[in-house]
Amino acid sequence: MPSFARFALPVVGLVLLGLAWHVYVVAFHVPMAVLPRPSAVGDAIVANWRLLLAEGQVTLLESLYGFLLAFALGVPLAVMIATSPTLNLMFYPLLIATQSVPKVALAPLILVWLGIGLESKLAIAWLVAFFPIVVDTATGLRNTPAEFIDLAASVRANGWQTFWKIRFPAALPFVLAGCKVAITLAVIGAVIGEFVGSNEGLGNLLLVANSQVNEPLAFAALFALAALGIGLYAAVVAVELALSPWFGAAGHG
Amino acid sequence: MTSAAAAAGREGASRAAAPFGRLRDVRKTFAGASGRGGEIVALEEVSYDLCGGELVSLLGPSGCGKTTLLRIVAGMTRASGGRVEMRGREVVGPQEDFGFVFQSPTLLPWRSVLGNVLFPMEILGRSDAAAHRRALELIDLVGLEGFSRHRPHQLSGGMKQRAALCRALIHEPSLLLMDEPFGALDELTRMEMQDLLLDIRRVSGATVLFVTHSIAEAIYLADEVLVFSPRPGRVVDRIRVDLAYPRTPAIRYTEEFTALERRAGAGLGVVHA
Repeated sequence: MPSFARFALPVVGLVLLGLAWHVYVVAFHVPMAVLPRPSAVGDAIVANWRLLLAEGQVTLLESLYGFLLAFALGVPLAVMIATSPTLNLMFYPLLIATQSVPKVALAPLILVWLGIGLESKLAIAWLVAFFPIVVDTATGLRNTPAEFIDLAASVRANGWQTFWKIRFPAALPFVLAGCKVAITLAVIGAVIGEFVGSNEGLGNLLLVANSQVNEPLAFAALFALAALGIGLYAAVVAVELALSPWFGAAGHG
Repeated sequence: MTSAAAAAGREGASRAAAPFGRLRDVRKTFAGASGRGGEIVALEEVSYDLCGGELVSLLGPSGCGKTTLLRIVAGMTRASGGRVEMRGREVVGPQEDFGFVFQSPTLLPWRSVLGNVLFPMEILGRSDAAAHRRALELIDLVGLEGFSRHRPHQLSGGMKQRAALCRALIHEPSLLLMDEPFGALDELTRMEMQDLLLDIRRVSGATVLFVTHSIAEAIYLADEVLVFSPRPGRVVDRIRVDLAYPRTPAIRYTEEFTALERRAGAGLGVVHA
């Protein structure tokens, strides 16, 4: 597959979908309030780009801070549960248990505790992003290739040296895999927070536009959210690509 | 160990002197399945005196306990009984002056070749300018000049194992332990690596224990070959290899060499003498 096709074909797919959407709306006389034409959404994006950018910035910061908080707390927790059997038994089952609680159900409570400002969105984004980071990091730390541990033993590395020079760097690809999942979840968490109670952000804009039956703007907000999610995901992938020379093309050499 | 003494050891003249290492009734058993108290014997009692400066091959089929014995000598596996002494001290854990080469290169993918070679020195707290110089010298010696900044995934299998050899040698170990290090390489690379090992040995004078399941490799490299039977592992033959140094690939086609191969094959039960 030539590299040109790798960029061109997704665009062709997107154009075809847009075309199908347009034909459907025109052919079946779908009212604007139900499904606007793609061109109407495009117009709404152009007309409201300042608004979308301003609200987008709010959601971006909520997601990003939530993700960073999840990273800053998740990695040390993973290190603790992966290195201490006691802490592992104390907290790992609890962690799994909390994961089965739907975060949406917690959102109203968090709103009561933290108000409708940035803090509550941050807390919800953190809550959903935390789990994949902890679990993937802990998995990576536990699955150090046995031959690396042997190597450490053969040169008499102590526990601390084995951790920092072998186990942690060996776990980094797992940490990044967790981050890829976490960053998209953080955006979802921020939008949940905005849905439940907020007066700013793209999620809030979507709700407001919807209640005013301004479907083109609601769709514009939706597209902005998608762009935000893809952009953040791409940022993590970029970090992963930047680090890939450190880990080789095919994992452990 | 000076090279003169090493040479003497090779000729067998110093065998009466205190050996470099002493293995006494070393054995290894594992608990049997389902905990009925049955024991699986991985390695029956092995006693052996290891002469300084010699290269001793441990030859046997897979699962004969030769790797287990190597790991016990390295202090990486506990023996179920018996005693291992190296340079007069009992081995109860990995030693600072041992170097280990694993079956797979086991290079850390996030480090350059140089970083991998220096890894043991970092652990020992001796990663100074001198270590750096020595690492580069070793990298040149094994034929990896110009690759010190490369990452492991950019190297071929043979090149990776050369780098692993440098890492095992960086702290100038007195005992080099090698666990089927060339087993995964193609035949030509393997022969190159064998000659490289003979060179390195001549220069460093290190004592070497070399695990292999290749009869030709065991004989080509060694001063003495210990032949193991299949599980439970037992030393069935000790073959003194008095082939002259420097050894070259041509030696493989001599009658002397073939006779040694035949004897080792008989010990392994693959040739009926």
